[in-house]
Amino acid sequence: MTIAGPTPKRYDCIVIGGGHNGLVCAAYLARSRRRVLVLEAAQQVGGAAVTREFAPGYQVSSCAHLLHLMPHAMMQELSLHAQGLRLAHDAIPTTALSPAGAPLSLDVDACHALASACSADALAYPKYVTRLQRLARALRPVITNVPPRLGTDRWSDRLALLRLAWHVRRLGRRDMRELLRIIGMNVYDLLEEHFDTPLLKGALGFDAVLGTSFGPRSPGTVLTLLYRLAAQGDGARIAQPVGGLGALTDALAKAAAAAGAQIRTGCAVGRIDVQDDRVRGVTLKSGEAIAADVVISSCDPQTTFLGLLGTEHLDTGFVRRVTHLRTRGLAAKLHLALDELPAFIGVTPAALAGRLIVAPSLEYIERAYNHAKYGEFSSEPILEITMPTVNDASLAPPGKHVLSAIVQYAPYALAAGWEHERQRFMDLAIGTIERYAPGLRRAITCAELLTPVDIEREFRITGGHWHHVDLAFDQFFMVRPLPGAAQYQTPVAGLYLCGAGCHPGGGVMGMAGRNAARQVLKKAA
Amino acid sequence: MHVAPHFKQPLLKTPFHERSRAFSQQDSFIAWAGYTTVDVFSSVEQEYFAIRNATTVYDLTPMVKYRIAGAGATAYLNRLVTRDVSKLKPLRVAYCLWCDDAGHLIDDGTIFRLGESEYRLCTGERQLDWLLDSAIGFDVKITEVTAEIAALSVQGPTSCAALKDFGMTGIETLKPFEIRHFVVDGKCIMGSRTGFTGDLGYELWMPLDHAEPVWDGLMAAGRARGIRPIGSKALNVARIEAGFIMPNVDFVSAERTIHTGRARSPLELGLGWLVDFKKGHFTGRRALVAEERRGARRRLVGLDIEGNKPAHNSLLYADRGATREVGSVTSAVWSPTCKRNLALAMLDAPHFDVGASVWAEIYLNRELRWERRVARAHVVERPFYAPERRRATPAGDY
Repeated sequence: MTIAGPTPKRYDCIVIGGGHNGLVCAAYLARSRRRVLVLEAAQQVGGAAVTREFAPGYQVSSCAHLLHLMPHAMMQELSLHAQGLRLAHDAIPTTALSPAGAPLSLDVDACHALASACSADALAYPKYVTRLQRLARALRPVITNVPPRLGTDRWSDRLALLRLAWHVRRLGRRDMRELLRIIGMNVYDLLEEHFDTPLLKGALGFDAVLGTSFGPRSPGTVLTLLYRLAAQGDGARIAQPVGGLGALTDALAKAAAAAGAQIRTGCAVGRIDVQDDRVRGVTLKSGEAIAADVVISSCDPQTTFLGLLGTEHLDTGFVRRVTHLRTRGLAAKLHLALDELPAFIGVTPAALAGRLIVAPSLEYIERAYNHAKYGEFSSEPILEITMPTVNDASLAPPGKHVLSAIVQYAPYALAAGWEHERQRFMDLAIGTIERYAPGLRRAITCAELLTPVDIEREFRITGGHWHHVDLAFDQFFMVRPLPGAAQYQTPVAGLYLCGAGCHPGGGVMGMAGRNAARQVLKKAA
Repeated sequence: MHVAPHFKQPLLKTPFHERSRAFSQQDSFIAWAGYTTVDVFSSVEQEYFAIRNATTVYDLTPMVKYRIAGAGATAYLNRLVTRDVSKLKPLRVAYCLWCDDAGHLIDDGTIFRLGESEYRLCTGERQLDWLLDSAIGFDVKITEVTAEIAALSVQGPTSCAALKDFGMTGIETLKPFEIRHFVVDGKCIMGSRTGFTGDLGYELWMPLDHAEPVWDGLMAAGRARGIRPIGSKALNVARIEAGFIMPNVDFVSAERTIHTGRARSPLELGLGWLVDFKKGHFTGRRALVAEERRGARRRLVGLDIEGNKPAHNSLLYADRGATREVGSVTSAVWSPTCKRNLALAMLDAPHFDVGASVWAEIYLNRELRWERRVARAHVVERPFYAPERRRATPAGDY
């Protein structure tokens, strides 16, 4: 399928992959009058931000299920609302489910339940949130900008480092000291310093380990938490688009096409063509060759370098680093088609429209994580549950509902193999939810579990990790995804990366796509 | 049964070990790549003069050997080394270098093309880790075969005649860097016209059980040609005359340097002629292109030093007063054949061009009294010694 106008003979830029980052990149390039072609292997655009039917009449955002990282400015720049993007809910609340007792709202303004549980925590919580947001704000330029390179003589690199240092310095002495103290810490120790209530600590720690390969006691989990806050930006809220995340990428595709980009779906790229150490275009699996001066890959780095480019164009040391990237996901996705709205104990209708967290304590999370270290799935997993049909009835037949949940930890390389264990883990995940929503099982008409292995297959992500490359200190910022390819450029002239494996990483953010487009334009200028 | 870990086990013995021991007067053995080998049998001088005037036999078995085979072997090697391996025909040998991403030399070695898609890579040190990582994405199988192949280097002006007498009929027509299979007394021996002496010479490769009979047969057949075994010390004199570099002496492998700035590129080592920028990508190419564009900061050169005192480990200066340091000597020897005081040295720009001269600070131990000399050193062409006979085909019958 081709979206938009006549096909030119050659393109300035080819974007491999029509996920949100690829589409954002294409849109920005097209707006700068580049002739852009987006090639998507699947039959529809969207990548891991896509809505699909998983049971007759039931739709779900099949990988990412919430929108909270894409900057408001980007959505405005690309006129996504004009392209049909509507939000079903633009300020989704977060509620921590308790196995014994009332659930706890994490809204700073509405933590009455916390006051009754522990008055000290109720006082400390708003302070903690404000301070963390202040620290996150200092890291904001880290998230939004193209990372500088170390050891160059270029003023732009030095300036970027200075600007970062200035933002940190501007925090003032106390906050700067606190930032430097906690940034390498684990989130367990940080939360232990602040709070007593296990349910609160569990829910706050949950966000630090969601989508990572860490437990709360793993070093660097304060960084992942601050990263999440910094990426969300000021006053950011968690939103749910009408029609699921696929509606966002549909709007992005329309924005790109409106700017002049061509989008072809069902076109799997076989290889990236290189001649004389320069990219010349791509050859599709069908054998069709398409020429372009610049190729930007939104695929994960291993797919790009090892699969599409080929090691013969790369140095051995670089290939070694690519193969050593930690790319194995630990998050599974559970989709349930339900006859009726499940009755979560004590959860208000307003809360049911939001995120429900199953992580009753930090110890619970750590125990869940222990299994993953040894290639087993958690016997008591942690979950982020949403009921998208509460906000958007169009996703299911009238009166029916969809439950979409992220289930952790489900290691990609399960020792016993997923083929035999998928059903058992799905039962276990459903059983875990049922503890908070008795009678859930009765309402299920269809269930689907996507393990990281399924995510790898369905979304073409090596390792099935939604960040493509695990987000950790050594795979972050100036060394993300790896030295030699950390500024969206690669060792091969004309080949760029724009996927989640690049800085600032995954989540439906689009920043990697926008930054990559900037680099391409800068190089040409 | 308790087995000691490999690092506690004694050095391995080559299949020529018993024969070497029988010849060894000094009983002087050294470690080389996990084996024990001879560094001197009787005297370095006698052994050296045999290289230049008769025939010598050197046990090459510890040389690390890899079998590289598969449909992608040529493409693999072309990405690994700096030369164009696709130009290497079957039954030919090429001296090659391989670099890391920064264009710094990891090691040098020889590639033997044994068939359409089968090669043998011979190198002084083990490299399997680098070779396997380089194989990612290539249809190639790499196996270390060091312990499966016995190897002897037979070098010297009478070596061709000695090998002919031994039964390697027709060896005189073997061209430099050519490989041929011979059958002597029913034993298959692979011969190649290669070596590390810069003289007429051959290397013999054979299964382990042929080692002792071949040694015995060769020694008997070569008696009239002055054959004798040599150790690595004599070989070292010959290799400096020939201008060949040694790992850990003239350069340190980029995989093993600890201090920054100690790794060396092929361009810095004066081996730019082994780098083919036109053949397509190879590891280190982009760094080497940039380096060539930037211009060399230093280069390994040949020095001819006035006087007859070898400039071992000498610092080199731009001025006689020895105040402005511009480099240092990596290998030095008094060349008995050239009658010149030779050295290989790393010199900073702009002192490394042929015709330039610097000053070498030489320390002499004269019956426990140390003396210091500052001698003029001229940058000269390498190799220092290159007799016509090393290339002449058919090889001379001396």
